[in-house]
Amino acid sequence: MNLVLALTIAVLFASGIYCLMRRCLMRLVVGLILLGQGANLLVFAAAGLTAGQPALVAEGASAPPPGAADPLPQALVLTAIVIGFGLTVFSLTLLNRARKASGTDDVDAFNRTDAV
Amino acid sequence: MSRSFILSRTARMLLPVLVVLSLVTFYRGHHLPGGGFIGGLLAASGFALVALGDGTAAARRLLRIKPVSLMAGGLSVALGSGILGLVAGGALFRGLWLPEIHIPVLGVVHLGTPMLFDAGVYLTVAGFALQVLFSLQEADA
Amino acid sequence: MSDAGLLFLQLIVPAATATVCMIARGSARVQHSIGVMGAAVALAAAAALLLRVDSVGVLAAQAGGWAAPFGITIVADRLAAGMVLISALVGLAVAVYSLRDLRDGALHWEFFPLFHLLLLGVQGSFLTGDLFNLYVWFEVMLVASFVLLTLGNRASQLEGALKYVMLNIVASALFLVGAGLIYGKLGTLNMADIAVKLQDPQEAALLHTSGVLLLAAFGLKAGLFPLFFWLPASYHTPRVAVSAVFAGLLTKVGVYALMRAYTLFFAAKFADLQALLLWVAAATMVTGVLGAAAHFEIRRILSFHIVSQIGYMVLGLALMTPLALAGAIFYLGHHIIVKTNLFFVGGIVEHLRGTGELSKLGGLYKHAPWLAALFFIPAFSLGGIPPLSGFWAKLAVIKAGLEAQAWAVTSIALLVGVLTLFSMTKIWAEAFWKRQPDDHKPPPRPVGARRKLIPLVLPSAVFASLTIVIGLAGGPLFAFAMRASAQLLDPQGYIEAVLRAGGGAP
Repeated sequence: MNLVLALTIAVLFASGIYCLMRRCLMRLVVGLILLGQGANLLVFAAAGLTAGQPALVAEGASAPPPGAADPLPQALVLTAIVIGFGLTVFSLTLLNRARKASGTDDVDAFNRTDAV
Repeated sequence: MSRSFILSRTARMLLPVLVVLSLVTFYRGHHLPGGGFIGGLLAASGFALVALGDGTAAARRLLRIKPVSLMAGGLSVALGSGILGLVAGGALFRGLWLPEIHIPVLGVVHLGTPMLFDAGVYLTVAGFALQVLFSLQEADA
Repeated sequence: MSDAGLLFLQLIVPAATATVCMIARGSARVQHSIGVMGAAVALAAAAALLLRVDSVGVLAAQAGGWAAPFGITIVADRLAAGMVLISALVGLAVAVYSLRDLRDGALHWEFFPLFHLLLLGVQGSFLTGDLFNLYVWFEVMLVASFVLLTLGNRASQLEGALKYVMLNIVASALFLVGAGLIYGKLGTLNMADIAVKLQDPQEAALLHTSGVLLLAAFGLKAGLFPLFFWLPASYHTPRVAVSAVFAGLLTKVGVYALMRAYTLFFAAKFADLQALLLWVAAATMVTGVLGAAAHFEIRRILSFHIVSQIGYMVLGLALMTPLALAGAIFYLGHHIIVKTNLFFVGGIVEHLRGTGELSKLGGLYKHAPWLAALFFIPAFSLGGIPPLSGFWAKLAVIKAGLEAQAWAVTSIALLVGVLTLFSMTKIWAEAFWKRQPDDHKPPPRPVGARRKLIPLVLPSAVFASLTIVIGLAGGPLFAFAMRASAQLLDPQGYIEAVLRAGGGAP
């Protein structure tokens, strides 16, 4: 299971970075999304995997069963997903407006704010 | 833009179901999977469907309140729950609970500031998602 | 008020102000008065915190009442409290400045809620004692700054924002991975707890990846070479008030995070990175100042100077002697005030002449001698001319460099000081001395324009007098910086305060 996850993370990061290198605006956002998902999955996997033992407290009990998964990385990833949702939404809006303002989605056309 | 009759009718039928589902998800979220964030998204998706089927004007009419007002209200509720913990419990966001009460149909009801905070999250998320979706759709129209 | 209450107040005030400004979005007058009043209250709260911290040492409180290392700790030592105070000061100044700067027909109701949200993110970053919480505060800042950057929707703003957004999101992903790996290995995210666990060299050996990832993430936020490209590409595009608050605070949060990392939770890793940090600092200074030399628009020049000045602060951090660290802290405070003020002045020039391009400007000394004085003070403080504040900041860092016998880097720092002065004289000569070019006549002044300038000039004048005061009476302030630096170099008090601070959760 660890190996599968590691490979998934590797593929997500690789394809995310590949998309970031492309010249098309839309691919840029796709790249950011993939990169974010790769990071989330990595945090999740780095804290250790526990199969079939959710960190939920049963009715009437006061502590989760022994051997249950560590809930903290799940909470961290959840927070990161929520933040990623906001960031993605904003980048999409921005991309849409930037494309309309410049009339192109070629990244090479966006070189005015750097020009000397 | 041509409107799909099927989408329009389905969205109208799904809206109440999604809103009720979102409230259930929100309520059970304190001890079980669910909660304010996902609840808020579910509610927003209901109105977003209407906006897709009948346009944002119809969805805004059904919502009655502006999405920004939802966000403002949600933020005030969430912040208020934190300050309540500080004033009565000595630490920001300390959880304070009312005694459990039994209500027929609903069963045991256990209310407290974490619940209040989650309600704020619900409103904020629903407002944020709708604000963005509406403005994106209106920018394209 | 209890110490915990005082700490939480620093976060409650901006959060409440942002919320109320959002509710009051319908009425510009109500929103503006609340926006300014909230910033003033935040300043008073920050001053109270600094006084308390300076007498006690370290204050810590646990959010939600969950004891460390399980809960999220809010903690203030002298450095954090000082940064909170200066940020609150910038907050108030920019709030006043924006009253005029943003009033151009269109009602920018989003400004005040987002501005206070940004301040919330900044203050949270300074006060948090938890690595993941720091990530969250960074994101709060990021989201608020995204929208602030694009207020007004001009094409150049969208383009600048695009670059800013893309690079900063990548940095966030790196930060997240770094923090996640630390949790995976140490099982904690509390900075003080990480510091305790890393005293065991075997644990420390496992954390190279996280160390490098966090260095890249903080370095990008701070604008370190070679990760600074987003900064000069975006900082000159938004409204002046937005530029000013970004220039004053955002990169400094990155520098603060680096200071926190290498004096507290990654202190064990510092020895491996010292040489790298020294050369990164030197490269940052040089590229920043050369970039500024190549540009001919006021705000673009100033943006590149942010990068070069960050180099000095990181140089102080990299030397890691008590004097160098105190110099870096003093530099942080001085730079925030001076740089914000330079953007204020650049904004006033743009308001008067409708452009910031040096080739279209001229004759401002004759036309508005008061403005020349307002520019002169921060500009020559930035260049390090005695007796202004920048001189003492540079002197401390360079003296520490000579004591540490880092000859090469120190001589680079001296040379960059001269080049900084060159850039400032360039603006001075082009915009203030030379005659107004004939093909670019200034727009006619509307009636009553002088009175309308008050909200723009007042914050700038206050900051200029602060620069002089810091320069002439820098002794007590530098003594404070020395105390803060001593506290950073001996983190035991910080660690004990965090791990002891009462939780007592039910």
